Amino acid sequence: MSYKAKFKVWRGEGGEGKLEDFTVEVNEGEVVLDIIHRLQATQAPDLAVRWNCKAGKCGSCSMEINGKPRLGCMTRMSTFTEDETITVTPMRTFPVIKDLVTDVSFNYEKAREIPSFTPPAGVRPGEYRMKQVDVERSQEFRKCIECFMCNNICHVIRDHEENKPAFAGPRFLMRIAELDMHPYDVADRQESAQEEHGLGYCNITKCCTEVCPEHIKITDNALIPMKERVADRKYDPIVWLGNKIFKRAK
Amino acid sequence: MTQTTPDAPVRRQRAQIKVRTLRTDRWWLAPLLTFLALSAFLVYGVWAIIDGSYYFDPYIAPFSSPCLTTSCAEGARLFGWAPIGDWYTLPPGLLILGLPGGFRLTCYYYRKSYYRSFWLSPPACAVQEPHGKYSGETRFPLIMQNIHRYFFYAAIVIGAILSYDAILAVIHKPLGLGSWVLIANAVLIVAYTLSCHSCRHITAGRLNHFSRHPLRYRAWTFVSKLNAKHQPLAWASMFSVMGADLYVRLVAKGIIAFPYA
Repeated sequence: MSYKAKFKVWRGEGGEGKLEDFTVEVNEGEVVLDIIHRLQATQAPDLAVRWNCKAGKCGSCSMEINGKPRLGCMTRMSTFTEDETITVTPMRTFPVIKDLVTDVSFNYEKAREIPSFTPPAGVRPGEYRMKQVDVERSQEFRKCIECFMCNNICHVIRDHEENKPAFAGPRFLMRIAELDMHPYDVADRQESAQEEHGLGYCNITKCCTEVCPEHIKITDNALIPMKERVADRKYDPIVWLGNKIFKRAK
Repeated sequence: MTQTTPDAPVRRQRAQIKVRTLRTDRWWLAPLLTFLALSAFLVYGVWAIIDGSYYFDPYIAPFSSPCLTTSCAEGARLFGWAPIGDWYTLPPGLLILGLPGGFRLTCYYYRKSYYRSFWLSPPACAVQEPHGKYSGETRFPLIMQNIHRYFFYAAIVIGAILSYDAILAVIHKPLGLGSWVLIANAVLIVAYTLSCHSCRHITAGRLNHFSRHPLRYRAWTFVSKLNAKHQPLAWASMFSVMGADLYVRLVAKGIIAFPYA
């Protein structure tokens, strides 16, 4: 069944812009991205929106719908009432290029700052031998589609632009945890997680976990375990002493 | 509309949305309820520590256990012990308050709840916090949250003592409602303690090769299942310890006096 929905959509280039009102047709089974496309087709041909797979797997159509970071292609119109005004804005943490399209290059800069997988010297690709139990913990983190909604919602940078140089955000702290837990990675991740990538800024309020469209338990399975590993390394004298005396095998 | 280049200052700006949030749901409800519940717990805790009616044979109120001074009633002392002696005249509960209190204060779940509800940092997801600056847990005092594991070790001991108290109560008064109230509380306290993120790390979370440590891996798997329930266990154990403590005090004061109390 069709109805006319009221939308407010952010229009503008860079930071300048405003919410514009639209009334647009909605059909059964549609998602917010369908409505944005209908707006482009019928009322606002120059409306900019980034999208690709329409299946919740490419992470392109991240936007804020009624104030919450969501994937436009996975947000069903049936979750709203017919008389509700739906507000669609770009991700708030990143600079706007145009309308709903943001410049997410912050994330790629942070990704480049993390040293890649570092196997032990002398072990060549093809010689890695791992049991499933040793790698399945970090496999959860490989589900990430890089929609960057976790970094967008994290108040450390969302509310404090000045923290961006010091804080990698949940997505990349999770990447560091993934590598640190890898049985064949030998790079020192713990010291750099705290000192270079800002793990200490995280106050574990779990918003990253709440918005993750892949339902990755970012806080419980990546950030807190990483905080505990850093505590082993930097803040726990007994573990430090134990490691010195017994040279514990990991 | 003017065209911009990637280097133009306007291109480096976020959307200038003036309101703190565009959320339309009742995002303020959860932090408000959390604030009220945690405040009630704090107020009750202060009263319970001062209150002298913490023992009614064979029940001892959880907020005052273990009772370690000579001012404790004979039956309330742990193993009949009074290691602190008679020089200590303040309420005995004050001596041990810091251990379970510190465990909850530095708990990863409670941190989330009080950072949100008391410090509004942030009050809810996608709701702008009111503070001009933010350094998180990078410096004193919040960097001290990293000692959570030491409070976990202490909480294991406290959990064992509360379990011992509850088992003694059941042995001496198996038909007493209070005995089973203490048992339920001990189960929830122990479950909350074992579900701790530090416990999960200590069992095997710190390892990269689970396959070399099969017993620790099994322990980690068990703790991980409990850990997924850490939030509900935190609330359940908080209400249970408050409820059990109040029950014992009301029995000790004679306010609850039915035959199988």
